[in-house]
Amino acid sequence: MNIDIDFELNGERVSASVEPRLLLVELLRETFRLTGTHIGCDTSQCGACVVHVDGRSVKSCTLLAVQADGARVRTIEGLADGERLHPLQLAFREHHALQCGFCTPGMIMSALELLERDPQADEAAIRHWLEGNLCRCTGYQNILRAVRAAGESMSGGGT
Amino acid sequence: MLPFDYQRAQDLDDAERRLADDENALLLAGGMTLLPTMKMRLAMPSTLIDLNGIAALRGVRTHADGLEIGAMTTHAAVAADPLVRDHLPGLAELAARIGDPQVRNRGTLGGSLANSDPAADYPAAVLACNATIVTRRREIPADEFFFDLFETALEPGEIVTAVRFPPVARAAYAKFANPASRYALAGVMVAADGDGWRVAVTGAGSCAFRHAGLEAALAREFTPAALDGVEIDARAFNDDLHASADYRAALVRAMAQRAVARLSGSA
Repeated sequence: MNIDIDFELNGERVSASVEPRLLLVELLRETFRLTGTHIGCDTSQCGACVVHVDGRSVKSCTLLAVQADGARVRTIEGLADGERLHPLQLAFREHHALQCGFCTPGMIMSALELLERDPQADEAAIRHWLEGNLCRCTGYQNILRAVRAAGESMSGGGT
Repeated sequence: MLPFDYQRAQDLDDAERRLADDENALLLAGGMTLLPTMKMRLAMPSTLIDLNGIAALRGVRTHADGLEIGAMTTHAAVAADPLVRDHLPGLAELAARIGDPQVRNRGTLGGSLANSDPAADYPAAVLACNATIVTRRREIPADEFFFDLFETALEPGEIVTAVRFPPVARAAYAKFANPASRYALAGVMVAADGDGWRVAVTGAGSCAFRHAGLEAALAREFTPAALDGVEIDARAFNDDLHASADYRAALVRAMAQRAVARLSGSA
């Protein structure tokens, strides 16, 4: 039996009628057409599906859509302010932190939670934090550089 | 995933009633194990009863015997909690290394214990710290809680509400994590217990257990070297593509030695 839910999605109130087994990532991609959130492994290993629920990063392939009822959900599409990219997005572009780009939205949403809490996070903290995000292209070095640079920019250092 | 019904429990009475009404219903805590298990159809519940709306199950409070941590408290909340960091620093350190940040944001203490995954971290902590698992029906000492692979003392319909930890100032956890899954290939928690030490092992056997030989050796001499000659019987250990039983036995010794080294300030 479908269940009616409503929640905040990137700042707007939305509602949907969902089957209990529908995953949050499926709701985001198929109902709301927010396809920036990717399905990589579907086993909560790769982190391509990371979004924020009530300010915390979660793997949206391992959360039921019904569990978003009443929550505040933020996806990669909610980061830029119109044409103005978020400092993390700018830093990923600037530091060549992506090649194929598949892992990038999850990588950025995961790093965002860390930097919102600690923009000064050092390299060791960033490495530990990104354990749940896999990238098969970059070798991670440029991702670390980008997250450090974004942290500096977010704490007022400017880029 | 096969179809199922979803119900949000209003409170514990409600959750218990719904659970009793349907023998194929399961409780949904963090879902970090249950939902992947359902995708693989290793679990096919008729109904999920979601505990996430019950505020009373979350949080850390002081208790006559130490700290009481609500069953639905997430790993991230345990790791960051000032009371836990003061009274059980070893537990905060363990919680900060479970899975990855997204798992720690959703996964819960009660869910991890009730599931008794052979490679989960928390079972080692409750055994080493001599904690008590509190349910709606009784209080279960950690020593009597873990039976086997995914099998615990919990009866059908019994709900874990909290875990009580005595204050343990000196405890350390060392784990050798599978580099892909971050699950413990072997994890060892060493915790002070009066004049002696409790040593709990996870990842190596079918469920977490205490190791009498390691405890006896540490009671005689609290140094990493004291564990060199202790026999670690690998016959019942897990043996799979990730690690052989003998390798796990070697890791158990090495992790115990790392934990001891950290506690004695020699690492």
